[in-house]
Amino acid sequence: MSLSTIEVDDVRHEFNSETFRDDYTFSNSPEAIARFPFPFDRDEYMYAVNIEQHMPGPPKSATEFPIDIDEHYVAEMADRARVLKEDPLRCQSLPHMLMAEWDLLDLLMTSMARDYPRWFSLERDGRKWHWINRPLGIEQRFVFGDPTTLPQGPMEYVTRQCQGDFCLLDQRDNNLWLDAGIVTSQADWSLDFDLGMNFIEWHGPVPLAHNMNIFDRALKFLMNLQQGRPVRRLNWTMTVNPRLDTSPENYHRWGIDRTTVTPENVGDKVHLRVELQALWRLPRSNAIVFSIRCYLIKMGELVTQPKWARRIHRVLRDLPPELAEYKGLTNYRAATLEWLSQYDDGAPTSPGFYPD
Amino acid sequence: MSDIKSRPIWGRIRPVAHAARHFVCCEGSSAARHVAETFSPNAEALKQVTILYGNTDRNEEAGHTLDALGAEASLHYPTRQTLLISFKAHLKRLHMGAQIYLCGPEAFLNEATAIAESHGVLKEAVQTELCGANARRVQCVHCKGLIENVAYTPIACEHCGVNLMVRDHYSRRLGAFMGVCVDAEAPGDLPARESF
Amino acid sequence: MAGESFLVRVTHADPVTTSVKRLRMQAIDGKTLPPASAGSHIILTLKTPNRLLKNAYSLLPSSLDGGTYEVAVLRTEDSRGGSTFVHDALSEGSELTISTPVNLFPINRRARHHVLVAGGIGITPIAAMAEELFRDNRSFELHYCIRNEPNGAFLKDLQARYGERVHLYHSDIGERFGVAKALPQQRIDTHLYVCGPEGMIGAVLNDASALGWLQENLHAERFLSPGGGDPFDVVLRRSDIEVTVGEHESLLEAIERVGVDAPHLCRGGACGQCRCSVVEKDGIIQHRDHYLTQEEREAGDAIMTCVSRLKGQRLELDL
Repeated sequence: MSLSTIEVDDVRHEFNSETFRDDYTFSNSPEAIARFPFPFDRDEYMYAVNIEQHMPGPPKSATEFPIDIDEHYVAEMADRARVLKEDPLRCQSLPHMLMAEWDLLDLLMTSMARDYPRWFSLERDGRKWHWINRPLGIEQRFVFGDPTTLPQGPMEYVTRQCQGDFCLLDQRDNNLWLDAGIVTSQADWSLDFDLGMNFIEWHGPVPLAHNMNIFDRALKFLMNLQQGRPVRRLNWTMTVNPRLDTSPENYHRWGIDRTTVTPENVGDKVHLRVELQALWRLPRSNAIVFSIRCYLIKMGELVTQPKWARRIHRVLRDLPPELAEYKGLTNYRAATLEWLSQYDDGAPTSPGFYPD
Repeated sequence: MSDIKSRPIWGRIRPVAHAARHFVCCEGSSAARHVAETFSPNAEALKQVTILYGNTDRNEEAGHTLDALGAEASLHYPTRQTLLISFKAHLKRLHMGAQIYLCGPEAFLNEATAIAESHGVLKEAVQTELCGANARRVQCVHCKGLIENVAYTPIACEHCGVNLMVRDHYSRRLGAFMGVCVDAEAPGDLPARESF
Repeated sequence: MAGESFLVRVTHADPVTTSVKRLRMQAIDGKTLPPASAGSHIILTLKTPNRLLKNAYSLLPSSLDGGTYEVAVLRTEDSRGGSTFVHDALSEGSELTISTPVNLFPINRRARHHVLVAGGIGITPIAAMAEELFRDNRSFELHYCIRNEPNGAFLKDLQARYGERVHLYHSDIGERFGVAKALPQQRIDTHLYVCGPEGMIGAVLNDASALGWLQENLHAERFLSPGGGDPFDVVLRRSDIEVTVGEHESLLEAIERVGVDAPHLCRGGACGQCRCSVVEKDGIIQHRDHYLTQEEREAGDAIMTCVSRLKGQRLELDL
């Protein structure tokens, strides 16, 4: 079912028309730059179990609401649809995860309709649900718990309409198991390969952190995650060109981009890629949803905030080589540093994430 | 050796005294001899032992050593594929209390453990021991093709032709190591070949 | 870190057997009680005349959809008086605080057959599991050990709904559930769940292990009531507070009484959340939990505050 063109047109202009591939027309408005979740609260970076309560942040910030919908929403959903059309294995769910899929649909629809009533609405009458998504022009009546009343499985249906990658983790045998997910805007990891792995296995390739027992501690913490008390953390990497789909599946196509950075094009081509990762305990399935919401910002956009410009220069300059290699920066770190150095006068930066 | 935590660590097979049934699946003559040595001192248990043997290196003598154990059943198969077809059929009929033992080359262990997992058998119910070549089973992350018995890295994918680095990252569900393009950022520039 | 809590009113209170009382609760603080997974429990805060008690009770099947929660409480002679309070003082209209559901006894959804074993009041989480598996059209069987039929809580409902899947064992005529006899030839992807008296849980787990079942396929809910003991003093070093733990009070309850927000989750010695470092002690720790390993117990430098105590005068904690 779809909505009338008039109702869709009413809200469509609130979203960017842009691409994350081919001609790469993606960019951030000044408002989007101001609310960018900059991940460094000091001039150096090292792993930490930097988990905090997923509490509402300041108005207009990326954490004002549990699920953040921004100006890139419509374009990101179009990019996701294209990825899925070309490779259906980016969305998979093992058979025992259906209850968790319904839990996820409930969480996302409830949050989006409550926090963005202009764009989304949800009416519930017992198991009969009625969902309206104005930006994408979708209207759907369905029976909660009956997958035959939706065009796709509940996880795929709702996440085709929500920014961010989502993984569903089953809790059993004193571990968390990555048993379902939709992953189309990932920083170089494969859902198809990692599906079915436990928490320690799927973080296997991350350097340094295992020796620090980071994952053992994080696992113990997450196993005790409680309903109504979601948590979040920020993670980051760099991406050449504003490409959402930096998957290993397509690495043989996009990897070459990393060799195209020159001191002249750093500002437009090199992007800081921040993941706002959040975790919720789900009520019916006792599973955990792990959301990975990707934010991209061009170096040229980032340096409009002088504090961020100085700090990103220092963080990249002092990054341990193993981490630079793992994050795939080797080929363009030098050019990026050279370009950023013009924005770093050596002045001290104030503590905390926010711009001055 | 890499410290990637997903990399499988094979153990040693040791008959579990209180198991209600022992189910052995082995490939190759060196594995067969090792199974025979391991089980022969446990004669009283052999009434509840089923042995499947993949005679992949055409060694009848090793097969006879297994037969001589006097297990309840000792069955021989000519290839890995026929061995694993039978393994699946037997798995479906196993009951709680059974202990599974897998012994053979790396690529055999990769595939057989994934089959056991797909049948709902917990990894704790499966003992493994590497006996034979350590050539790996690899999945090309780009075209998803599986490549059997990969002895070194890098290797050209036999399905799509992309030059792959074989990583230590391992999927128990797929029973395979990950192969990922090695020259994406410098086409044609391949690192020196390394055997496993 | 404490989870969300709800203020609820008892909307229904009725006897299920002569010794088991059922409470139905609904939120009155504007929130809606969320759905729950089978095997979950909630913590009831009970304002008894003498002290504040926090007891864990498993949610009944009717709680799975949320909106209302139900628990069933057996009257016992425990020294703390929690069950006596529920039976004698709580009725329709009573208000109390409950925690958000926590599940430390979840169904393993990968299993293709489920064996549920309950003894007495242990039926409460087991009945919720049966209902979830039934709704999901999963393969399961339920073994229920009772003294006699009038004593079997929810027996008629279970038999009416699950039919031949329900197997009964009457202890007053000497019937006993035994793994070897009751569960021959279970398919290899079976999981077993048991809840009941400590002795029964131990027997079932031991029998199954002896038959070659793996620990990973066996699941038990062993909720402990903190139990009492001699009073002792506890010093909370970081908070710089000293308090006496009463004979009918748990260490955790005493810590909470003086306003310190100590970590906890299950309050039954199972989850490990309340583990606390011991700085100094002048006696022996009575470990009553199911969490610490034998080595950790012997080391004596950690205590689970929800159920364990000091046999001595003074305990100093890093809190």
